[in-house]
Amino acid sequence: MILEAIVFYIFSAVVVGAGVGVIAARNPVHSVLFLILAFFTAAGLFILMGAEFLAFILVIVYVGAVAVLFLFVVMMLDIDFERLRSGFVRYLPVGAGVGLLLLVELVLIFGTWEVAPKRLSSVPVYARARLTNTRALGDILYTRYVFAFEMAGLILLVAMIGAIILTLRHRTEVRRQRIAAQLARTPKESVEVVKVPIGEGA
Amino acid sequence: MEALKRSVRSVLFTELLEGLSLTLRYMFKHSVTVNYPYEKGPLSSRFRGEHALRRYPNGEERCIACKLCEAICPALAITIEAEPREDGSRRTTRYDIDMTKCIYCGLCQESCPVDAIVEGPNFEFAAETREELFYNKEKLLENGDRWEAEVAKNIELEAPYR
Amino acid sequence: MDNALWTLYARPALITVGEVLAIIVPLLVAVAYLTYAERKIIALSQLRKGPNVVGPFGLLQPFADGLKLFLKETVIPSGASPVVFVIAPILTFTLALIAWAVIPFAPGAVVANINVGILYLFAVSSLGVYGIIIAGWASNSRYAFLGALRSAAQMVSYEVASGFVLVTVLLCAGSLNLTDIVLAQRHVWFVVPLLPMFVVFYVSGLAETNRVPFDLPEGESELVAGYFVEYSAMTFALFYLGEYANIILISGMASVLFLGGWLPPAPVVPFTWIPGPLWFALKAALLAFGFLWVRTTFPRFRYDQLMRLGWKVFLPLSLGWVFLTAAVLMGTGWLPGHG
Repeated sequence: MILEAIVFYIFSAVVVGAGVGVIAARNPVHSVLFLILAFFTAAGLFILMGAEFLAFILVIVYVGAVAVLFLFVVMMLDIDFERLRSGFVRYLPVGAGVGLLLLVELVLIFGTWEVAPKRLSSVPVYARARLTNTRALGDILYTRYVFAFEMAGLILLVAMIGAIILTLRHRTEVRRQRIAAQLARTPKESVEVVKVPIGEGA
Repeated sequence: MEALKRSVRSVLFTELLEGLSLTLRYMFKHSVTVNYPYEKGPLSSRFRGEHALRRYPNGEERCIACKLCEAICPALAITIEAEPREDGSRRTTRYDIDMTKCIYCGLCQESCPVDAIVEGPNFEFAAETREELFYNKEKLLENGDRWEAEVAKNIELEAPYR
Repeated sequence: MDNALWTLYARPALITVGEVLAIIVPLLVAVAYLTYAERKIIALSQLRKGPNVVGPFGLLQPFADGLKLFLKETVIPSGASPVVFVIAPILTFTLALIAWAVIPFAPGAVVANINVGILYLFAVSSLGVYGIIIAGWASNSRYAFLGALRSAAQMVSYEVASGFVLVTVLLCAGSLNLTDIVLAQRHVWFVVPLLPMFVVFYVSGLAETNRVPFDLPEGESELVAGYFVEYSAMTFALFYLGEYANIILISGMASVLFLGGWLPPAPVVPFTWIPGPLWFALKAALLAFGFLWVRTTFPRFRYDQLMRLGWKVFLPLSLGWVFLTAAVLMGTGWLPGHG
């Protein structure tokens, strides 16, 4: 138990530290790397709570895919760090105001938030039934929340199709490789063997 | 029918498998490389390697300082200075070959009227510094003494074609 | 109190360290000899002899190479970001090693028999891209950066297809635990019903480990050496160890997922005499040989061909196979772990 608490505090400290690093790092690439560290450590916290499925999904989706794209974009940016920091004092009041507002909202939410007692007790039920939490999640997602789950999937599908349609354009002036046509060529139709008499070839 | 055959071939990766089987067959063939420092490939009698200055069997150096080699050398690698010896014979006082300039064309040995300068069969004379590759007369004569047997045999073998 | 500390924490910790060493040491030896095997196999197929000077048949060559790299100077380019530059190879190497924690060598012979072993493997292999992308960025070199971009796009693309392949295996096995997946293959190895998926997984493995014919990230003819141009000495060695450890890992994963792990081909006498871990090693070695065999046979893909294969061939194929497998399993009532 003590060990678990120690690990929890270490991980939490790393998450918070990495979170601070994300906004404090001068180099945006370092910010993204801190973000990845935060994701990763949060996954560690999930494992500590016994939610290993969630932990690995977090790593696979956020660290393995989303953050790679972040890193891609940020690495490609050509940023002038001096200019980036020039307006710091001017924008400080606005930024601080928004931050304060968010903090107040969070305090209000957590101050009035009541954890539903039934929901809380449902977690140990699965643990006691010796169900793996993959199965527990599946049981809930595909029975109780099947509509919401399928809806979310559908919305993502629509978003994906929309993105493809917005960016897809058939350019006629671009020459493309037609692989099927290339593979369908036979020596008979593409090579002609010519016998040239000696001295006659031009 | 032809299209069907082609699609079956591409679905079953027959071309890839053909390639793989070829490399697999070659893995069991005997390798053709020579285990170099321990085994060496045969050299032609016309091989042009490291230079040497030869002597007559009585120990007299062959070179008569005619400077034909110096004149013909396309890389200007040879430097010769000469004056008469005490006995009145014309000999070199200096015979340098800059091995870093030499292109091993063999014109020096072709031009030599007395078969004095030759390119021997030695090709393992790599050195760690440039200076070691600026050969002087002493070094060349030493080479001649060391490789005389091989050089003489090569000249004898080549004699019918000259 | 002392006693409790020993039985609760110290002893399990020591046992775990022992288990980890029992995996890592043979793994590193295997990695060393994979480099030797690669050089020998390529040499043989090109009618050469390969390394044969250091030790009998050149068997000590990998250690001579390792010693050489160890004694060389680690050069950090002046424009590089030093901390990140050093982290990248360490990350690559560590990720290649920690994935082995969940690979079962025999019934019960696994460091961490976790419920979501296959997700763990997938997560670790999806992290592998960071070592490369960070290396490319931190080197502050155009070649390294281009190599890293190519590599990242390539690994992410093929990860998708191999993810769906894993799903088909899960559907057939009904568990995310690797030991259960192996045990589900007692009657028939998954390679038989899922042969196309095995091919997709293996080829995706080639792409994810940046091996020939998908080694564009280190395409020496245009990018010098790709993402590790600027690396030297031990940092370079760590990248290479990581790459070869990944080859063995992919081979091990493929043999666990498709070739029945430690199970003999048939539960009859001559096969059952060979112990399980040896079967596992044999299968993994065979698949790893395939990596080297492909390397010595095929030329490199063009980048658009690579992307086409990943997105337009493998992705629809594996997605379709997921549907097909699910439909067949539901239709025949063979869905494992049902109810």
